[in-house]
Amino acid sequence: MNKVSSSVADAVAAIPDGAQIMIGGFGGSGAPVELIHALIDRFRATGSPKAITIINNNAGNGGIGIAAMIRAGMVRKIICSFPRSSNAEAFNEKYLAGEIELELVPQGTLAERIRAAGAGIPAFYTPTSFGTELAEGKPTEEFDGKMYVRERWLKADFALIKGQKGDHAGNLTYRLAGRNFNPLMAMAADTTIAQVAELGEPGTIDPEHVVTPGIFVDMVVEVPAPEQEEVLVRKGVIY
Amino acid sequence: MSGFNLMEDKLTNAQIAWRAAQDLEDGSYVNLGIGFPEMIAKFQPEGREVTYHTENGVLGFGKAPAPGEEDWDLINAGKKAITLNPGASFFHHADSFSMVRGGHLDLAVLGAYQVAQNGDLANWRVGSKGVPAVGGAMDLVHGAKRVAVVTDHVTKDGGPKLVETCTFPLTGVGCVTRVYTSLAVIDIADGRFVLREKLPGISMAALQAVTGATLHTEGEVGDLVVLEDI
Repeated sequence: MNKVSSSVADAVAAIPDGAQIMIGGFGGSGAPVELIHALIDRFRATGSPKAITIINNNAGNGGIGIAAMIRAGMVRKIICSFPRSSNAEAFNEKYLAGEIELELVPQGTLAERIRAAGAGIPAFYTPTSFGTELAEGKPTEEFDGKMYVRERWLKADFALIKGQKGDHAGNLTYRLAGRNFNPLMAMAADTTIAQVAELGEPGTIDPEHVVTPGIFVDMVVEVPAPEQEEVLVRKGVIY
Repeated sequence: MSGFNLMEDKLTNAQIAWRAAQDLEDGSYVNLGIGFPEMIAKFQPEGREVTYHTENGVLGFGKAPAPGEEDWDLINAGKKAITLNPGASFFHHADSFSMVRGGHLDLAVLGAYQVAQNGDLANWRVGSKGVPAVGGAMDLVHGAKRVAVVTDHVTKDGGPKLVETCTFPLTGVGCVTRVYTSLAVIDIADGRFVLREKLPGISMAALQAVTGATLHTEGEVGDLVVLEDI
């Protein structure tokens, strides 16, 4: 089985208007910068894909990655836990102008909703947010004397994720804290596209070290020496 | 109380963090919230081993790297660069919050806008303006064996932060077990504030006057003693 895509442009070519896209990373760690920028390149050249819903922990930083998608006008809605980062002007401006929709989800609930989708579990109960405004309208139930909130799975059409090593079968490892949401999103999307810094034949990753098994990955594309989002933000790079 | 100036004689954030650090237990797993609570790690008492958890998937991180030595793939939940201690581990976000909600942490420490006498916490937003952001706060208040708050005892205007009922939007219901303030150490038990320690210079009446709900006592109230030169 060979899941290798020859370029980031090819990898994102089939993403349509209105797609719901999970994008891996937490802040700048583990963010698939090159895949995001390939999507922006396509939008600039063709006007598509537009009206995207992004699922990420944050809402973009500086002028690159998700922030650049927002500035380009491709994004209709963001589902995230913490949009208010120090360099989140791109999102803030659109949000305060009423030009982008926000669904705010507690971070652990966001992770578990994504995991549940990947695991075929349509809903689950969590103590998180009980008694708060983020639980308004959601069913609650008492278990063993404590109150819990019912939350639904969260699926996506596509996931864009960043691995460190990958093989032709889609097996992945991650780098340091860049793992974060990436393995969960890989499970929860209809089509998962992974960029990796090192791509090899099956067998190049010790099976004991595989973090995401290839069954969860549809396409893998090699991006040697990938950009690191936080480094770009600190340099003030605008894409 | 004559001689006690609330704004001048109260503890600094560093002193509050130092006091909270004295309760870090040897062998414990601890999550320190972004900002002020993170300072507690600096004052970890010698001879006690504490393993720090951060929501974005690291257990066993250490001090910040030297400037210029940062690897920005290795950060904590506050997006600050970190280093790893021997025995550290990485995991994905669902495992990370399983550690939180699943009761595996011994202690979580958070900041607060308001804490109510029944343990309700408000610490994520003060009104309906601006961009709302919750992060992991609503998760972190559930599951840890102890959920502590570090905070100034009063607001910048001198109003109480320890209250009968929170007026700001809640982060969690009945979740806080202990509060370390700039004037006192207070436990929350059976829906009441129970005063454990107070600064020796402040009278009970003066402390009660800046607290928005009744302070109860059980036995002797200890002196809140901290290092002077931090």
